[in-house]
Amino acid sequence: MSNIPKDLKYTKSHEWVKPNADGSITVGITHHAQDLMGDMVFVDLPTAGTQVTLGKECGVVESVKAASDVYAPVSGEVVEANAALADSPETVNKDPYGAGWMFRLKPANKAEVDVLLDAKAYEALVASEKH
Amino acid sequence: MGHRTPLYENHLKMGAKIVDFGGWDMPLHYGSQIEEHHKVRQDCGMFDVSHMNVVDVKGATVRDFFRLLLANNVDKLKTRGKALYSCMLTAKGGVIDDLIVYYMDDQWFRVVMNAATRDKDMAWVNAAAKEFGGLTVTPRNDMAMIAVQGPNAKEKVYQALGEALRAPAGALKPFHAVTVGELFIATTGYTGEDGFEIILPAKAAPFTWQMLNEAGVSPIGLGARDTLRLEAGMNLYGSDMDETTTPLESGLAWTVALDPAERKFIGREVLDKQKAQGVPRQLVGLLLEGKGVLRNHQKVMCNGAGEGEITSGSFSPTLEQSIAFARVPASVKIGDRCTVDLRGKPATVRVVKYPFVRNGKSCL
Repeated sequence: MSNIPKDLKYTKSHEWVKPNADGSITVGITHHAQDLMGDMVFVDLPTAGTQVTLGKECGVVESVKAASDVYAPVSGEVVEANAALADSPETVNKDPYGAGWMFRLKPANKAEVDVLLDAKAYEALVASEKH
Repeated sequence: MGHRTPLYENHLKMGAKIVDFGGWDMPLHYGSQIEEHHKVRQDCGMFDVSHMNVVDVKGATVRDFFRLLLANNVDKLKTRGKALYSCMLTAKGGVIDDLIVYYMDDQWFRVVMNAATRDKDMAWVNAAAKEFGGLTVTPRNDMAMIAVQGPNAKEKVYQALGEALRAPAGALKPFHAVTVGELFIATTGYTGEDGFEIILPAKAAPFTWQMLNEAGVSPIGLGARDTLRLEAGMNLYGSDMDETTTPLESGLAWTVALDPAERKFIGREVLDKQKAQGVPRQLVGLLLEGKGVLRNHQKVMCNGAGEGEITSGSFSPTLEQSIAFARVPASVKIGDRCTVDLRGKPATVRVVKYPFVRNGKSCL
C-alpha cells in the first residue's frame, strides 16, 4: 500500500534522501509520513547556510491533526530550501517525493548517506509500525 | 473491529481512511480533509452520522419527563417538529451529554445523542425514565443518519431524493423537522451551513448515499466535520464540556433555561448557585495571529487573570489561521491578548467572539 521508491534512501524518522550528481542530497518526508499526518497546513524549513546535525530536528511540518519535527538525515550544510512549500504546504501530501521535497544538503561525511536505510529496510520498518 | 454503520462499505468503496471514533469505525477523510471542508463551505457535502444515538421516548408524560431531564426547557417546543438543543446534567450540574430533542407529538419526543457516550446516556435516561414511570425508551438502531450540508445542500437533496421533498422540507424553518414517508428530515446541522440532517431506515441508507453522490454530493469525513463545527462555534462533547464542567462554564448558558424558577431540572441547584456567586470560568474563542496550530490541552496564560486551557484547537481552512476554544478565567475579555506555549515557543493569541465562520464567511 505504501509508496516507497526503490532508488531513494530512508531514515527511521520517515525522511527520504536522494543523492544528486553534484554531491548534494535532497530531503523530504515519505508518503507514509504524510499519510499518517494528513493535510499539511504549515511547513517550517531550515534556511540555506544552516548547519544541521544527524538525527537532530531541523524543521517542522504541521498538519490539521498534528505537528512533527523533521530530522536531519545526515550532518551537513543546507544549500537550498523549497520555498514553494510556505504557500502550498499541501504539495507535501500530493507529491511527497517530487515537488514536495523540503531541502537540499551538502553532507559533511558521505559515509553517513551510505548507511541510511534502503527501500526494502524502510518498507520493513513501516510494516512493523502497523502492528 | 469497532461498530460499523450501514454505510461502512460505501466508505471503503469511496477510498475512506477509517479511524476509531468512540468505538465506531468511521471515515476520517476520503483523501483530503481540507478539500472536504471547502466543499461544504462552497458547495455541499454529506456526512455519515449513523453512529449517533437516535432514541424515541413515548408516553403520556413525555413532556414532563424532559422538563426534568434537560437544562433547556422543552416548553419552548410548541409546534410539532420543532427541535431544541440542550445539555443533560448530573445532579452536580456536570454535562452528561449534549443533544437535540424533537417534539414529534404530545406522546412522542425524539432525541439524538452522541455516539461515544451511548452507554452512559442510555443508563441515565433509562434510570430516570423508570423512576418517572409510564414511558417507553427505544433506541432506534434500525435507523441511519445522513447530514447533507452546504449552500447547495437542499437543492441536491431534492434532485437526488425526489421533488416531492421540496414542499415539505423546503418549508421548514431552521431547527425544525418533518416526516415524509420513511424519511425524517431536519434543518439542523453541525457545520454552520444550510442543509438537512436526514434520519432514515438503515436498509435504505446505502442506496440513498449513492443517489446523493450521483447528484454531486461529496462524502465528508470526521476530520472536516471537526474543523467545520469549530469554525461554526459549536461545542464538542468530551472536549469542550464533560461531567466536570457545567454548561455555564462551557459557552452554553444560552441553552440553560433558569426561568421559570419553579421548573426543577436535574442539576439546577448547582447552576443557580453558580449564577448567584458568579461563574468562575468561561469558554472563549482564540485566534492565533502568527503561524502554527493551537492544539487541545495547551495552556493559555492570561496576563494577570490566571491560566486557562485550550479545549478544541485546530486549523481553520476558511480563515487559513489557527483557531480554538479555551476555558479561561471569567475576568478575561474579548480583545485581550493571551499567550500559548506552542511547542516551546510563546505565541500570542487574541480572545475573540465566536462563531468564527457562518454561511461561508468570516465573522471576525
